[in-house]
Amino acid sequence: MMRLIPNHTSQIKRAKEISFRFDGQTIKAHQGETILVALMGNGIKHLRDAPVDVKPRGAFCCIGLCQECVVKVDGQLVESCRKIATDGLVVQSLRQ
Amino acid sequence: MIKTCDVAIIGAGPAGANAGIMAASQGCRTIIIDEQAKAGGQIWRAKSAAIKSAPNTPETIDGDRLRASIDASNVTHIANARVWQIERELEKWVLRLIINGRSEKIVSKVLILATGAREYVQPTPGWTLPGVIGLAGATALIKQDLVIPGKKIVVSGTGPLIFYVASEIRRLGGEVSAIVTPNSPVDWMYAIPSMFSRPELLWRGFVWVADLLLSGTPIFWRNVIKQIDGETKVQSVTVSKVNNDWSPLDQKRLIEADSVCIGYGLQAATETSQLSGIDLKHQPELGGWVPEVWENGETAIDGLFVCGDGTGIRGAAAAEIHGKLVGLSAAEIITSNVNFPRSALLTSFRRASRFGMAMTALSIPRKGLQKLTTDKTIMCRCESLRRCDIEHQMEAGAATINAIKSGSRAGMGPCGGKYCQTAIAKLIAEKEHRTEAEIIPPTPRPPLRPVPASELSGEFEYTDLPIPKPAPL
Ligand code: FES
Repeated sequence: MMRLIPNHTSQIKRAKEISFRFDGQTIKAHQGETILVALMGNGIKHLRDAPVDVKPRGAFCCIGLCQECVVKVDGQLVESCRKIATDGLVVQSLRQ
Repeated sequence: MIKTCDVAIIGAGPAGANAGIMAASQGCRTIIIDEQAKAGGQIWRAKSAAIKSAPNTPETIDGDRLRASIDASNVTHIANARVWQIERELEKWVLRLIINGRSEKIVSKVLILATGAREYVQPTPGWTLPGVIGLAGATALIKQDLVIPGKKIVVSGTGPLIFYVASEIRRLGGEVSAIVTPNSPVDWMYAIPSMFSRPELLWRGFVWVADLLLSGTPIFWRNVIKQIDGETKVQSVTVSKVNNDWSPLDQKRLIEADSVCIGYGLQAATETSQLSGIDLKHQPELGGWVPEVWENGETAIDGLFVCGDGTGIRGAAAAEIHGKLVGLSAAEIITSNVNFPRSALLTSFRRASRFGMAMTALSIPRKGLQKLTTDKTIMCRCESLRRCDIEHQMEAGAATINAIKSGSRAGMGPCGGKYCQTAIAKLIAEKEHRTEAEIIPPTPRPPLRPVPASELSGEFEYTDLPIPKPAPL
């Protein structure tokens, strides 16, 4: 099929792979990407449960404003859309 | 640590960066503070370290050019910094920021606010499901890490951003299941004359749409997403036609999807302006509430300027030029030797504004869109408050956003109300038969950005942190 917008995927070179733990699961990531991007690449979008109705939530603004993507790293709440994933990191969701 | 300077600028997007470069070129000691790791703002967001190499796009080229000019200037660029408080002390501006958990204080003679825009999303049933992100959020993922949010993506909303995002998804190998926009082709035809001022952008837009048509991507004009369906993730979206004021009609269509990018236009981010004491005025043609600012960036407050989309949505091209103009205005306070011809800048600013405002006109939500927010739709994401919960507060006598805030905690959550206040204002206006211009936005309270206590260390005292009090009734 004719396309005017080229598909660039084969021309994108990503940094080397690292891995971290998310709720006990091993997640592969490229060094330098955010926790959110790595999780998304592994098809994980449900990051926490909402107050009151306990319904699933995930990243919304992707730029550090809405706080929907918050996860726990070393006991601290961090925005997964801003926190860079590092090798061996242990990340916990706020799912109930 | 305390740093002093002549001109401090919040925001390193096209406006802030150019204001800084200009002020520094006139001999001012200039500091630019920005949240991101690299300058560029949302429009020219830089690639992350995870990308070793990738083909250039117009955005990466413009962004790299901007970053190179900052490097070549005398500007001090403080990256990864969040300003959480702005105060006036002894005729100076005092900014408190947090950089990687360390606190810093900047004292400056002149302050320029260049905090850009935020996106409006009309609360819609299912918009809180994982897999639904803002259009602006999608552009951040695309620009920073060259990733897309799913495999079958519905892109929905107003103005040109939907076509940009859809086309970037295709460039990154993704599949756009459908484009859903309440705009009509006729709306676009009306915008074309103003777009001739930027023929290259007009052309780019044509290529986006032509490529989508060639690929067989369905474009549902005059349609909206009425509901996003799924239990723990997005499974499909329900779209429906709209009438002239964008009220959704009854007949529906189901589109399968695993993610949704949605946004209904941009608004000036006014929190820093409000916190610094600038009054707001309602100018729908600029996206809604904007600070009272003259064309040269001056405000009613001494030593305080605002530039770029933070003064109203005119787009990146206008923001760049506005930054330069306002950088000159700021320099004039510091030195008497300012030497730069303004008139050519003013002419090109007005020209670029015409283009940007035509795009804003396409993007501004019309009244009927509010009907997407049903009784049980969550409006305040932070506190899971539905429209009926907020209406309950209104019936109990709360007629302002501040009153609703203290009654129900809407807007008191960690996002600071950024994602609900406009929708709530529209709801109040509708219920009380008033105009949006009569519903004054709530007073922002520091911290301007979330400041987790656990991130703080160094000379910072936790007691320095003002804890937001309930707003007065
Ligand atoms: S997705 Fe909004 S703060 Fe991370």
